[in-house]
Amino acid sequence: MHPAFSVIFLTTLIGVAQGLFTALMIGQTYELSESSLSFGNEFYMTGAILVLFFMGGGLIASFFHLGRPERAWRSATMWRTSWLSREVIAIPLFMFITFIYAYMQYTGSTTSSTLLVGLLGVIASFILFYCTGMIYACLPFLREWATPLTIVNFILFGTASGFSFAAFYAATSAPELIGVYASFAIVLTLMGWATRVWTLRRNAALKPKTTTQTAIGAQHPQVKQVSQGQMGGSYNTREFFHHKTAATVSKVKSAFLILAFPVPVVLLFLGMFTDSSFLLLLAFVTQYAGLVAERWYFFVQVNHPQNLYYQTIS
Amino acid sequence: MTQLALVIDLNVCVGCHACVTSCKQWNTSSGYAGALPDDNPYGADPSGVFFNRVQTYEVGTFPNTDTVHLPKSCLHCEDPPCVPVCPTGASHKREEDGIVLVNYDKCIGCKYCSWACPYGAREFDEHEKVMKKCTLCVDRIYDETIPEAERKPSCVIACPASARIFGDVHDPESEASKMIQKNNGFSLMPEHGTKPANQYLPRANNTGKE
Repeated sequence: MHPAFSVIFLTTLIGVAQGLFTALMIGQTYELSESSLSFGNEFYMTGAILVLFFMGGGLIASFFHLGRPERAWRSATMWRTSWLSREVIAIPLFMFITFIYAYMQYTGSTTSSTLLVGLLGVIASFILFYCTGMIYACLPFLREWATPLTIVNFILFGTASGFSFAAFYAATSAPELIGVYASFAIVLTLMGWATRVWTLRRNAALKPKTTTQTAIGAQHPQVKQVSQGQMGGSYNTREFFHHKTAATVSKVKSAFLILAFPVPVVLLFLGMFTDSSFLLLLAFVTQYAGLVAERWYFFVQVNHPQNLYYQTIS
Repeated sequence: MTQLALVIDLNVCVGCHACVTSCKQWNTSSGYAGALPDDNPYGADPSGVFFNRVQTYEVGTFPNTDTVHLPKSCLHCEDPPCVPVCPTGASHKREEDGIVLVNYDKCIGCKYCSWACPYGAREFDEHEKVMKKCTLCVDRIYDETIPEAERKPSCVIACPASARIFGDVHDPESEASKMIQKNNGFSLMPEHGTKPANQYLPRANNTGKE
């Protein structure tokens, strides 16, 4: 598949936002458990605004994917059947709850009420993770995506990068939380590393279900395309092929396996013990860059069955 | 329930592309689909939107090879995977005749339906920024202002070899259904459970050997 940067930035940015919101709630719970701690309403309010900032960035990116963005409102209508439509509902729902949460922190609402709204926000963010993952996992013949691992990876990468950002954020305004956030980020990153490697192995072992034989209904084992019926390019030759060399794809794969997982783990570890906001920011930025590469690879790895019809120009 | 579809006889198709060009002509001028754009048609890197293509395959091992021409357009699946994924309801399957269509006024151009189609039957119009696909000439087959014999998809009328049969594949008495029955009609990519309405008639054993 052609890797569309609009979708790459949408899915990675909202992942950070969703993880960051969960991190805020973990922070609030931690604050409750330690009576000596008090981070103040502003910490949570600013955090929630940052969540909205990341969500907004993702939304802006998503509009570049649409041919007719002015009609985007229509995309909430088919929620009974379409995971994309469900995502379109889950995004504003999560943003609305985040906004309410930020407003309640601003007005100084009671801890129990902000915790309740925060819990609703966490639930909304996980519904959103599930919807986003299912957009890809629900297409059975795109077999690299059609696995629960797709959803697991979206959740782990999103929360890991959200907690990495939260660790940096804590270093700037609530240093007592650095240890908690960085520990969560390290564990989630290691888990994401494991499930991503697992996914890569699974996909490498996939045996194609669709062949040129089933595509054209030929019985003979020897079938080759002589002509795809067109000399020039078309949507079919652009959208479903990545037109990158195997070497490039392989380099990106190595890059994300290093940048998204082990490097941030080391930086988070160092940052946690030195309370260095620079190292923690570096951890987040490295991880985010790695996850952008990961999402690029996520698209490129898919062999769309329609490609069997476009193998030879003439 | 009616299910209009095409039955394509692979014994008869000679790969002349008349169905491709007539489809392009009708759907560019008819108004329903709007123009099917071509970009840079005479330049170095031409590109265009088509609803129908004829592809050619060589089947078998030399010298016992068959050249098979495979005309391919939207198969108007009975269980079309492109329809439930559409977030706006633009992509739909008509109750009355089973034609899968895109409502170009509702389409937001997210391209998700094209990802969900294993056949690559949908093509994005970069000028109108909406997804387009074969309409089975829905703007022609019901048009009472043209002679009844011509109320068929453009590709069917254009085919000089009559390789394309148009009809209701749910009506066992239709010519299309009878041809499928008699000649062991088959579907493309049956493994995906999309139940394509369009069927193909396989090459008969024409080697002279039994």
